[in-house]
Amino acid sequence: MPVAALNRHVAMKHGAGGRSMRRLIEEVFLHGAGPVAAAMDDGAAIPFGGGWLIVTTDSHVIHPIVFPGGDIGRLAVAGTVNDLAMMGATEPLGLTCGVILEEGFPLEELVRVQESMTSACEEAGTTIVAGDTKVMPRGEVDGIVINTTGIGVTHRVIRDSGLRPGDVLIVTGTLGDHGMAVMAARHKLEFRDELRSDVAPLNGLIRRALAAGGPWIHAMKDPTRGGLASVLHEMAGRSKVGIVLDELSVPVLPQVRAAAELLGIDPLFIANEGKAVIAVDPTAAAAVLAAVRSHPYGRDAVIVGKCAEESPGSVVVDTGFGRRFLSEPDGELLPRIC
Amino acid sequence: MSDAALRELKFRDRGKADGLSAVLARTVAEIGRAPVSVMHVCGSHEQAIARFGLRSGFPRDLHVIMGPGCPVCITDQPEVDEAVALARQGVRIATYGDMLRVPGTSASLADAQAEGARVDVVYGIDQAIATARTSSDPLVFFATGFETTAVTTAAAVLAGVPPNFFVLSAHKYIPPVMEIVCEMPGSRIEGFIAAGHAATITGWGLFEAFVARHGVPVVIAGFEPLDILAALVRLAELIRDGRQTVENMFPRCVTREGNLVAQRQLWQVFAPVGGRWRGIAHVPNGNLRLRDAWAHLDARRQFAIDLARLWDEAPSALSQQCVCGEIMSGLKTPSDCPLFGVECLPDTPVGACMVSTEGTCRIWREYGEQSCLSPR
Amino acid sequence: MCLGVPGFVVEVHGNIALVDFFGAYRHVRLELVDQPVSPGDYILNHVGYAIRRIPEEDIEGTLAMYRQLLRDADDDLMAADVRGELKATAERRDV
Repeated sequence: MPVAALNRHVAMKHGAGGRSMRRLIEEVFLHGAGPVAAAMDDGAAIPFGGGWLIVTTDSHVIHPIVFPGGDIGRLAVAGTVNDLAMMGATEPLGLTCGVILEEGFPLEELVRVQESMTSACEEAGTTIVAGDTKVMPRGEVDGIVINTTGIGVTHRVIRDSGLRPGDVLIVTGTLGDHGMAVMAARHKLEFRDELRSDVAPLNGLIRRALAAGGPWIHAMKDPTRGGLASVLHEMAGRSKVGIVLDELSVPVLPQVRAAAELLGIDPLFIANEGKAVIAVDPTAAAAVLAAVRSHPYGRDAVIVGKCAEESPGSVVVDTGFGRRFLSEPDGELLPRIC
Repeated sequence: MSDAALRELKFRDRGKADGLSAVLARTVAEIGRAPVSVMHVCGSHEQAIARFGLRSGFPRDLHVIMGPGCPVCITDQPEVDEAVALARQGVRIATYGDMLRVPGTSASLADAQAEGARVDVVYGIDQAIATARTSSDPLVFFATGFETTAVTTAAAVLAGVPPNFFVLSAHKYIPPVMEIVCEMPGSRIEGFIAAGHAATITGWGLFEAFVARHGVPVVIAGFEPLDILAALVRLAELIRDGRQTVENMFPRCVTREGNLVAQRQLWQVFAPVGGRWRGIAHVPNGNLRLRDAWAHLDARRQFAIDLARLWDEAPSALSQQCVCGEIMSGLKTPSDCPLFGVECLPDTPVGACMVSTEGTCRIWREYGEQSCLSPR
Repeated sequence: MCLGVPGFVVEVHGNIALVDFFGAYRHVRLELVDQPVSPGDYILNHVGYAIRRIPEEDIEGTLAMYRQLLRDADDDLMAADVRGELKATAERRDV
């Protein structure tokens, strides 16, 4: 059913990373776009000089702009570096940074954001090479909006469509940290143990994984908006395999699980900004897992599922008590605050 | 006991679950009939069943059907219309999140909100009362939910509310609807799983008369996966042995008499009256209305609610294809509805079962529940 | 709606308890409980009101109930595994 028949206006769900956003992109933005964009992977892969040029862009509108574990600046850099890394481009050539500021935005906060971006770039081994600045009148934009575009190169593009039956799925650490930390900050909820965002550039970790697994790594994605559920659906759909997720093995910090239960949200749907999902041939699984665990951002890495031929495109959850299908996330995560 | 230990011992043990599933399969086979249909009447039970994928482990011949256990779903259109009308008349409304998008005859509170009406979502009556205290404008609390929730409305009323606070009661009382379901033509329910939290309030003793009248066993169940499996095992045993009795499998929360303190407060504030439940028709004593002593805060008695305008607008064509009523009575499943997953989605719900987080359709959609998922 | 979630009572002030729900603190009203509630108790919370004090001894009663159901399956190997598990659980609790 065409989008126009159901919604005549853009709604918040269209930016939430789930089914509605995908449909908006497919039905509006892909009209007239070329085949590169139509692949809708983490980044665009353009053949260039015998290899591939990877380009990715991201806009950041997060609120609050500072949260435990990071801020919008670190988020902007890490998000783009990670999108490049997920395609196999682990050494970014550079990032651009376009900023839209609201009149009255405190200069001190802007400096803080810029310093975060610099240190995140240093960590990722890259720099901001070009930028743009705009200021809008008070009330016409909310605080600050940052857009980052990243460029990298790779000899092999690692696509979402590369999973094969039998592949093992690794997550590089605990899930739900970022989304829960931001939600708690936004709703001013307090928990006994602090919730911290995991926002981090992962190109170093991915480089180690690729060194260990090479061509045995068939696909990689970072579970940002829409969480693990979203990426599993995308991978299963594009690769046309079935995925079985072992729910009991999915690593979630106790305080994140507690917060998620309290707010009535499933950890599988919560955003992460410092984690990756890696699909690898079983022969290389142990080596890749060890390589990921050797990195500070991958200490809690674990195998959480595998790919099968049956039910291609579907994601099944083994709950430990039975099995069910994993639904595709849609719309914003609205907390059922108790 | 540390909460880690509580969690660990608390009933999320795969080994125990496997054992109970095996016993369930054997017991159902011993009944010697197929299918054996049992019903539960609680949205939280359906959520637990769907979330943990329990149906994939049930024996094929056992049908565990959700009945009218979603308090939002069974709130009838005219009741929603009352709240919508008040909202459109400029009265501030506070209600539970799930009620926001439930369709009335033609509009929901969310529609009224989009037109500019003031509708606040709260998680409990205390929050609504706190909001009422921030201004002198009247605030009407659209009170929905079964007895477990109704007692909290009663407690708040008895503790005292500000003079600008009113209650529009759409509260419901579960035990009478179980009778109705048993008497429905086409109903082949052989046993009931009773809602553990509601029974915490009412106690299990009141089911004895029900069992005597209808000759079907009732088992009170908790909400952990093991609670549900254990209750089903016991229910299957009772059906197999032809025992017409009530059994309490949730002793940590439910006693025979129930919570007398809560019951006293409930009946001091509310009286049971007959009324329509959406999709089910008349349920004697199924609705809870404020007693005369509380007329001063009864929205129905203090406001002239103008419903005429709402009934001029015709319901949509889609809503005529909606089979929520039959789903809530346990006669159909969401998969039997042509709109399910197509036009009727959590974002674009047609019927109440898709709006509420405790509605069968919404739960099936959220947990990807399908009747054809093969057991492991 | 926040339905029937068990929590651990940390403090009690008159009719209001501060309750720990696996790391999240919430205030819960006590007007509806039919037994006195003290710090260290577990309560069942429903939309901001405690509707039951959960006695620890009843948790053991629930476990006993499961054991009873499984006891019938003497020749069932899986149930034998489960009995072993239950035994191990009981032993862990005593630690």
